[in-house]
Amino acid sequence: MPLYHDDDQAMLADTASGFMAEEGNIQKQLRHWRDRDCPDGFGHALWKQMAEMGFTGMLVAEDDGGLGMGHVEAGIVLEEIGRNLTPSPFLTSSVLTATALKHGSDDIKGRYLPGLIEGESVFAVAIDETAKHRPSRIATKAEKSGNGFKLTGSKSFVVQGASADMIVVAARTSGSDEDEDGITLFAVPKDAANMTQDAVRLVDSSVASHIKFDGVELDGDAVIGDVDGGRDILNAVLTAGRVGAAAEGVGVASGAMDMTVDYLKQRKQFGRLIGEFQALQHRASHLYSEVEIARAVVIKTQQLLDAGAESAELMSSVAKAKVAKAAGLAVKEGVQMHGGIGMTDEYDIGLYVKRDRALQEFLGDAYFHANRVAELSGY
Amino acid sequence: MSDLESFRTETREWLEANCPPEMREPVRDEEGVYWGGRNATFKNDAQKAWFEACRDKGYTVPAWPKEYGGAGLDPAQAKVLREEMGRINARPPLSSFGIWMLGPALLHFGTEEQKKHFLGQIARGEIRWCQGYSEPGSGSDLVSLQTFGEDKGDHWLVNGQKVWTSYADECDWIFCLVRTDKENKYQGITFMLFDMETEGCSTKPIKLISGSSPFCETFFDDVKVPKSYGEGIPAYVGEINRGWDVAKYLLGHEREMISGAGGGDRTSAIGAAMKRHAAKAGDELDPVLRAELAMFDVDALAYGAMGEKFLDEIKVGKAHPAQPNMMKYVGTELNKRRHELMMSAGGSRALEWESEETSGGKPSRNWLRTKANSIEGGTSEVMLNVISKRILDLPGS
Repeated sequence: MPLYHDDDQAMLADTASGFMAEEGNIQKQLRHWRDRDCPDGFGHALWKQMAEMGFTGMLVAEDDGGLGMGHVEAGIVLEEIGRNLTPSPFLTSSVLTATALKHGSDDIKGRYLPGLIEGESVFAVAIDETAKHRPSRIATKAEKSGNGFKLTGSKSFVVQGASADMIVVAARTSGSDEDEDGITLFAVPKDAANMTQDAVRLVDSSVASHIKFDGVELDGDAVIGDVDGGRDILNAVLTAGRVGAAAEGVGVASGAMDMTVDYLKQRKQFGRLIGEFQALQHRASHLYSEVEIARAVVIKTQQLLDAGAESAELMSSVAKAKVAKAAGLAVKEGVQMHGGIGMTDEYDIGLYVKRDRALQEFLGDAYFHANRVAELSGY
Repeated sequence: MSDLESFRTETREWLEANCPPEMREPVRDEEGVYWGGRNATFKNDAQKAWFEACRDKGYTVPAWPKEYGGAGLDPAQAKVLREEMGRINARPPLSSFGIWMLGPALLHFGTEEQKKHFLGQIARGEIRWCQGYSEPGSGSDLVSLQTFGEDKGDHWLVNGQKVWTSYADECDWIFCLVRTDKENKYQGITFMLFDMETEGCSTKPIKLISGSSPFCETFFDDVKVPKSYGEGIPAYVGEINRGWDVAKYLLGHEREMISGAGGGDRTSAIGAAMKRHAAKAGDELDPVLRAELAMFDVDALAYGAMGEKFLDEIKVGKAHPAQPNMMKYVGTELNKRRHELMMSAGGSRALEWESEETSGGKPSRNWLRTKANSIEGGTSEVMLNVISKRILDLPGS
């Protein structure tokens, strides 16, 4: 498959770009909710609109009421989310949770997918237990209790956890903390007894939760997939999420870069447009190169993932790491080239800096993923 | 089965039958490259058999039309062939500046007779071409070139000097930028073709920091270049005084070539191999070096995806026309970094200059050679200038 969008995908990209620029732009969404100190950090009305556009269930199979699209398509929406810095449950709900639910029973799909597709529900995924992404270690325990399970432990930095109607929780049903096996995924409803959430606002105005499970009783039908068979599902969720986050990162990088290049063409100093200075031209051109490559590795990885290729796992880490570096460069150069005005809250470039930082950390930063590339390559 | 799938099956079978095992390894050094030409010799029987099989099938230049010695493959078929050759690590059967540079120029600008005459010779590996562009005073600023061809009616009398002429001492013919109008900078250059055996042509190899001499200084002392080699075969490509158009077109091709867009070693990860080499020598990778290798591998694999995307986009005209400059910039910088890391991983052994163990100092010589990557074919700085101007549309200074 060639590494560019086919006609249908190009059409979707047009639609998504127009829609997100109109409805998901910084003024209407990010600044709006931030300045009102919104406890969700995003708007439910937009989520509903995204459902009407068909976005929320894109990755859900047609048999389950969705559009049965792939990660290239989800990536198209995510890139626009990134470009507009749109706060949205799309990545956590429509990519991560939707991927987890693919592996669930018809019963569990029937319980949650309609709400997702309609834009009525928001979901979150709880994996990490410390400040750094480390999915190899899962200590939160789910012990057999009657016909179900009892959940004990804690999860950290669950993005949009407090807004979620259901949280996918990775817990240990056997073995010890670092074991590969013995993981089970649970769909935990928001009103579960003995679950407490402590929501914290992050630098990008998004909200994440620290969740405590103090003997949370779950029915057996809360299990997604098989008991002790959660690691494979978790890996699939992570790979999809990382590729999705990378696509969003490409959007953040492009948004920051475009804004910066525009600024170079407007701002005058020493009687000249600053874009005439070779010192800045070369840095802008280097940045362009990095962003182009990041975009290429993302579409390559999306296609591999959609084709079910084995190399998608390695390439998902390549993509996440490359995008983190490229987007990081885009926002840093963005502020520097804007000069003093780039430090003001009034200008949007600073918002890109903040979102990039949060996105870099989400599901593993460049160091985590470069290390994973080394491990998967055998060194 | 679709046509393309059956083409893949046929290709696979053909390669299986015709590509000798010795030709299914990456080219490690100059010994592995077959350049063709009047004085060419094959390094071994396998190289000969592989070249001849490809030549007869049109696979030295698979995408060129059949009447000019190619196989007439369409872009999708050419990609399949490339993929299938890549799958078994098949070496290029014939390498040549004729294929990479003059061929594309003739296909684009040449007359029908010129194409028939010159392209066939290139495809069959009969004539080895070199490129006369740079001059001592004209490197990055190529258009300032001074080599002059004085109009003598039926011929030009060419005088001047070229530099960095790749393998000029081993080549048969040269495609050469010659000033034919001193008053007109851009529209005063002619893209000439002539035999290096013509009286007055001489070459002198340049010894590089790597110790090798792939480049020459080339001198023209009253060289008579006829204006025509027969009916419909002018001795220049395009029009007289419009050679700069051809050169600009070709620079794009050269940058694509140097950018390593075709993949191969330049886009592969190296960390695992470095660990194995270190282990063999009883060493291990320092954690910080391992980390640098991992970051490199991320960049190399991502660049590999970019190369693939770039080729896909070129085929359907989606690539920005100046994108080869970006590919060249990143590809060459990456290659330099790659060799720096290989030197670090190799330790003092990699410093050996002549030892048998290093096959005559390969690691250090190759490493030194890469320093030219970001100079030849347009420096990194020139590439960045072009990206600024043509892609980002930044204002001129």
